[in-house]
Amino acid sequence: MAALGPESGPALTTGTVAGGESLPQTGTLSGTAALPAAGKVTGTFWRRFTLRRPLAALIIQRLGLSVGLLFAVSLMIFGGVEALPGDFATTYLGQSATPQAVENIRKDLGLDRPLTERYVTWLSGAVKGDFGKSWASKNSVSEQIGKRLGNSLFLAFFAAIVSVPLAVALGMLAVQYRNRLPDKIINVVSLAAISLPEFFVGYLLILFFAVQLGVATFPATVYDSMGFGERLSAIALPVATLVLVVLAHMMRMTRAAILNVMSSAYVETAELKGLGAFRIIAKHAAPNAVAPVINVIALNLAYLVVGVVVVEVVFVYPGMGQYMVDAVTVRDMPVVQACGLIFAAFYIFLNMAADILAILANPRLRHPR
Amino acid sequence: MSDYKNYLANQVMLGKMNRREFMGRTLAAGVALSSAGTLFATSASAQEPKKGGHLKLGLEGGSATDTLDPAKALSQVLFCVGRNWGDMLVESDPLTGAAVPALAESWEPSPDAAVWTFKIRKGVQFHDGKELTIDDVVKTLQRHTDEKSESGALGVMKSIKTIEDKGGDLVLTLTEGNADLPLLLTDYHLIIQPGGGYENPNAAIGTGPYKLTSFEAGVRATFEKNPNDWNPNRGYVDSVEIINMNDATARIAALSSGQVHYINRVDPKTVSLLKRAPTVEILSTSGRGHYVFIMHCNTAPFDNNDLRMALKYAMDRENMVQTILGGYGKVGNDFPINSTYALFPEGIEQRAYDPDKAAFHYKKSGHSGPVLLRTSDVAFPGAVDAAVLYQESAKKAGIEIEVKREPGDGYWSNVWNVQPFSTSYWGGRPTQDQMYSTAYLSTADWNDTRFLRPDFDKLLLEARSELDETKRKEMYRSMAMMVRDEGGLILPMFNDFVNASTKQVKGYVHDIGNDMSNGYVATRVWLDA
Repeated sequence: MAALGPESGPALTTGTVAGGESLPQTGTLSGTAALPAAGKVTGTFWRRFTLRRPLAALIIQRLGLSVGLLFAVSLMIFGGVEALPGDFATTYLGQSATPQAVENIRKDLGLDRPLTERYVTWLSGAVKGDFGKSWASKNSVSEQIGKRLGNSLFLAFFAAIVSVPLAVALGMLAVQYRNRLPDKIINVVSLAAISLPEFFVGYLLILFFAVQLGVATFPATVYDSMGFGERLSAIALPVATLVLVVLAHMMRMTRAAILNVMSSAYVETAELKGLGAFRIIAKHAAPNAVAPVINVIALNLAYLVVGVVVVEVVFVYPGMGQYMVDAVTVRDMPVVQACGLIFAAFYIFLNMAADILAILANPRLRHPR
Repeated sequence: MSDYKNYLANQVMLGKMNRREFMGRTLAAGVALSSAGTLFATSASAQEPKKGGHLKLGLEGGSATDTLDPAKALSQVLFCVGRNWGDMLVESDPLTGAAVPALAESWEPSPDAAVWTFKIRKGVQFHDGKELTIDDVVKTLQRHTDEKSESGALGVMKSIKTIEDKGGDLVLTLTEGNADLPLLLTDYHLIIQPGGGYENPNAAIGTGPYKLTSFEAGVRATFEKNPNDWNPNRGYVDSVEIINMNDATARIAALSSGQVHYINRVDPKTVSLLKRAPTVEILSTSGRGHYVFIMHCNTAPFDNNDLRMALKYAMDRENMVQTILGGYGKVGNDFPINSTYALFPEGIEQRAYDPDKAAFHYKKSGHSGPVLLRTSDVAFPGAVDAAVLYQESAKKAGIEIEVKREPGDGYWSNVWNVQPFSTSYWGGRPTQDQMYSTAYLSTADWNDTRFLRPDFDKLLLEARSELDETKRKEMYRSMAMMVRDEGGLILPMFNDFVNASTKQVKGYVHDIGNDMSNGYVATRVWLDA
C-alpha cells in the first residue's frame, strides 16, 4: 500500500469516501445520502430536495464542496511554495545570479509586491480560466499544460483499460479457485509486483525488453509529430509497469469483496439451486460487491494520472508530474498552481464519480425508503 | 590526445590552418614531432569525417522551465542546444584554451588592454537568410549588458563600459584593462542574434551549423543541417536530436540498447559496469571543476598557517581520486587552477600525503582538541564519504577531525561561506583571472576562504591588464604559490567530465573548456556506419 501515492493526496480530505480496506457494508457508503427515516417531506427547500432527489442533491453538494476544496488547495500550494527558501529570481539564476539580474527579474514579475496582493491577482485570473504565463519560459501555462496533460491521460488511459478488466477478471478467477493453485499464483505474483518499487519494476522491464531482447521501444518519449502507432509502441513499457503496480490492489479488493458476498445466504441458495460457480460469481455476487471495488478503482485511476512522476522520469515520458516537479524546482508559481489545481480536480472528480457509481449500483441507495 | 590531433588535422584538411601553425599547436600539445609530421601527411585520407546520419543525444540537465533565450540559458541541455544553432564572436581552443576566431575574424587590443577592436566576419548568413551585420553584434552585446538585462552573462560583461560600431568594426571599451577579454566573449550566453534578439529572444535564429526544427522544453529538441553554414569544418551529421533524460539509469539503458549515440553525466560509481558493454566507449575529459575543503583564514583556529599547513599535508589526495571519483579525476595541489587553463604555471611541486610533515606543523601550531569539519552530500557527490576518509588519514598524523553532517537543504546559505571549515564544490571559469577574481580577491562575495591579502589583490589586477604572456604567467605562478602555501584552500581533486558514446561516434574532441566537448559535441562528431 505504501507504494500508492494517492493515499496521501490532498483530495482525500473529502473524507466522505468510504471504501478502503474495511469492506464497508453498502448501506454506510455515503454520509451525505441521508436516508429518510420518515416519508414526510417537510423543512426547507434544500431538505425537501434532498429527500426527493437524493442523487441530484448529492452531486450538487459534492460540486460545491469541490470548489471550496480547490480554493483551499490553491491557498496551500501558494503558501507552500512561498515558504520554500529562495524565490524565483534567485533559484532561477542560481550561481550566476548578480544582484542586478535578480532585481530585474523581481521587478519584471512583480515579486516585489506583497504576498496577498499577488495571490489575489492570480486568483482573479484563474477564476476566469486564465492561468497566466510561466515565469520561466514566458509561455502560456494553459497551452503547455494542455500538451503535458494530454500525454499523462494517454498513458493513464491505456494503463487503465489494461489493468482494470485484468484485475477484475483475475479477482474473479481467484475466487473461483479460492485457496487452490491458481489463486495462490495470482496472489503471489501480484503481491510481488506491488511490493517492488515502481522504478525498480521499470528498470527490470527496460533491462529485459529494451536492452537485452531489444523488442521494446525505449526511451518512451512522445512528441507532436509522432504517429498513433509509434506512440503506442513507445508507451508499452511504462504501461506494463503501471499495470503491475496497480493490479494487485484492485485484484485483491475484487477478490475480498466477492468472497464477502459469497458467504451470504442468497449465494448459498443459488448454489443449492444448482447454478454453475462462475455464473454465481458473475451474476449474483459481483453486482453486490461492486461498490468497494469501484472505490479502489477510482483511487488507482487517480494515481495513474497524478502519482506517476517516478515512472515518467524512469521512462523519459513527458507527463504532468515531471512538468510540475520542474516548476517547483525553480518556484515557477503559475505553473505549480495550475498543475496542483488540475491534480486536485482529478482527485475530487474521481472520488465523486466513485461515490455516485456506488449509489447507482446499489438499489437501496438509489430508491431510498 | 589523438582526438585533438584529429581535430587539428581536420582544420589542416579543410585549409583552415597551414603547416606551420599545425606543427606549432601539436607541439604545444606535446605530440611528438615525428608523429605530428606523419599525421600531417596522412590525415587527409585517414581522418576524413563521414557526412550524414541522424545523431541522437540523451542529456541530463533540461527542464520544462527551459527557454531558448540564450540570455537565460542555464541548463546543460540548453548549453548544448545553443551551441548547435548559434555562434559566439570567439571560441576557445579545445586543448590549449586559447581564444580562437569565430564570428569575430580577428581582434586587436590597445596597449593597456582597455580598448578592443574586433573585425566581424563577412558573408555570414543567419538561418532566416539575413546577412550578419555589425549592428546585430552591437545589439546582442547590449542586450546582455543593459540595465534591464536578465542575462546570465551579466557578471562577465559588467567590466565593459561602451559597445560601439566604428566603421564596421566592433569596439569595446572596458572600465580597466583585461587581457582576457576575447575569452570572456566565449561565454555560451553570448550567441549573436539578428537585431540582438531584442524582438524575439526565443526565436533560436542564429548562424550555427544546425537549424532548430522543433523544441519542447524538458523533452526534446531536433535540428537539421544549415546548408549555408559559414564554417565547413563542422556539422557532419544531417540531423540532430537531443532527448532530455534526467535519470542516470535511463541514460545508461538508452545508450547500451543503442537508442541514443551519446549520453552525458555518467556516474563514476557505475562507469566500470558500463565499460563492459561491447558497444560503448567512455569519454572522460579533464575538467576545471574541483571538490574542496575550505578554511576561513581569518577565523580561529584556522587563522594559524601552521594548522592550515598541517591539514593540507593530512589529505590523502590519491586515495580521494580513487575512492570518491572512481579514478576519473586528477589530484589537486591546493590552488584552484590546473593544466587546462591557459598560462598554467607548470612545475609547482605536487603536495602529497605526508603524516610526518602534518604532525610537525600541527605541533608547531600549538592547537589541541578536535577540528570541526561540516559537510553534506550536496557539497559534491560523495562529500560525506570524503570527509570520513579525510578524518582517517588525518588521524595517522595525530590530528583529530570531527565530521559534522549538515542537512542538504540550506547548505549553500547556512554552511558554505558561513562556517569556518566545510566542504564545497567549484565549477571552473574560462580564465585564471576570473577564477581568482570570483573567489580569492579580498572584496569578492564568494571569497569562501576569507583570503584577505592586499599583495595578492594587487598582483591579480596587474596580471589582468598585462599583455606580455611571459610576465603574466610569472604573476600567476606567484599567485598560485600564495594560495597554495598560505591560503585556506585544501584542494584534493579536480573531477573529470565523464560522458559515453556508442562506438559508432567518431571524432569526439576532448575539450578542456567545459563538459560535452564544451557543448560542441553534436557539431564536431560524425557517425561511422
